[in-house]
Amino acid sequence: MAGTFKFELVSPERVLMSVDAEQVVVPGADGDFAVLAGHAPFITTLRPGVLDVTAGGTKRRVLVKSGFAEVDPTRLTILAQSAYDVDDLTPAIVSKELAAAEAELASAKDDAARMNADTLVNELRRLSAKAA
Amino acid sequence: MASLKDMRNRIASVKATRKITKAMQMVAAAKLRRAQEAAQAARPYAERMDGVLANLASKVADKNSAPTLLVGNGKDQVHLLIVMTAERGLCGGFNSNIAKLARQDAQKLIAAGKTVKIYTVGRKGADSLRREFGKSFVDRTEFQGVKQITFDHAQGIANKVLAMFEAGEFDVATLYFSEFKSVIAQKPTALQLIPAKIPEAKGEVAKGPSAVHEYEPSEEEVLGDLLQRNVSTQVFRGLLENAASEQGSRMSAMDNATRNAGDMINKLTIKYNRQRQANITKELIEIISGAEAL
Repeated sequence: MAGTFKFELVSPERVLMSVDAEQVVVPGADGDFAVLAGHAPFITTLRPGVLDVTAGGTKRRVLVKSGFAEVDPTRLTILAQSAYDVDDLTPAIVSKELAAAEAELASAKDDAARMNADTLVNELRRLSAKAA
Repeated sequence: MASLKDMRNRIASVKATRKITKAMQMVAAAKLRRAQEAAQAARPYAERMDGVLANLASKVADKNSAPTLLVGNGKDQVHLLIVMTAERGLCGGFNSNIAKLARQDAQKLIAAGKTVKIYTVGRKGADSLRREFGKSFVDRTEFQGVKQITFDHAQGIANKVLAMFEAGEFDVATLYFSEFKSVIAQKPTALQLIPAKIPEAKGEVAKGPSAVHEYEPSEEEVLGDLLQRNVSTQVFRGLLENAASEQGSRMSAMDNATRNAGDMINKLTIKYNRQRQANITKELIEIISGAEAL
């Protein structure tokens, strides 16, 4: 184990999470990737999905809707447009987000937007099935 | 000469006004704290965004293939002014200062033969610019009854602006808002939104480890994505700064008003007492001279 790195999850409104993490699995635009301490520096956009954060032996799962990640050997910063802790998700929030995502999917203008909305819808469906 | 009763009424009414302005000042102080906290909490996001953007922008060497959001579409004919003001008045020069700055710039642009389009956010700015530039209004957004500005509000405005840019409805967009310096100083500011004004990369950041970042899917795609996000981030920042400035401005305006009301009450009370004594003296003289005449 190479130790920990600084993980920050930042939304436009505030800093949501700032912990020393051992591992974070990030849903990147070109596929999921896991970040450990000492990761090569790179920047990627995100697709909607769930972050798996392992910090201090406990796991947390956070749903993020689009954003981007900046990886440094000692740091991971995720700028997310909006994020929910999966444990805090109530069926009411899920169904509201799902409705919004479905509306977006229906009105998506180009393939990229459609794909984004589609991933989000699927992710939310999976979560709501689990919650129910 | 006003009668004593009139003066009593007048004093009572100024006292009532003072109570209201005092209450407004305290409400503004409480709201200011919340607005300041919100502005502070939003800072890390904007700073990271600026950092990454500055980095990326310096890398895109080929200016011809750079996204239009960054370098503009090569024209400078149609200007969009996004004027952000408050929903309410009674906050000193806050709204009129922003409107004044926007008006001056609009007049300059028109004098230079450019076309001006105006997008107002907030009721007060629309009201004060309508008479002169009513025909240039293209859109408006109002936050009547909105308690706390969220990123979704900024996103909505940004989406509209981006859609207009893509449709070629304007070439340059400028954001007008009031920068929050301190409780007593708010500075009306014009910020060019499109093409984006990228902050100068800070020496260390550019040369540091971030210079060797790899990009996924590709630099261009990440940059394109970021630039769109940057628009909403800047709008959001403007909205938050504005919210803090509005409350700060209102607080000092109401503080002044409360003090003025206090002075006025003192003056009126002195005048009232003099008048009352004069009346008593007059009545006494009347009684005495009446008695003497008998």
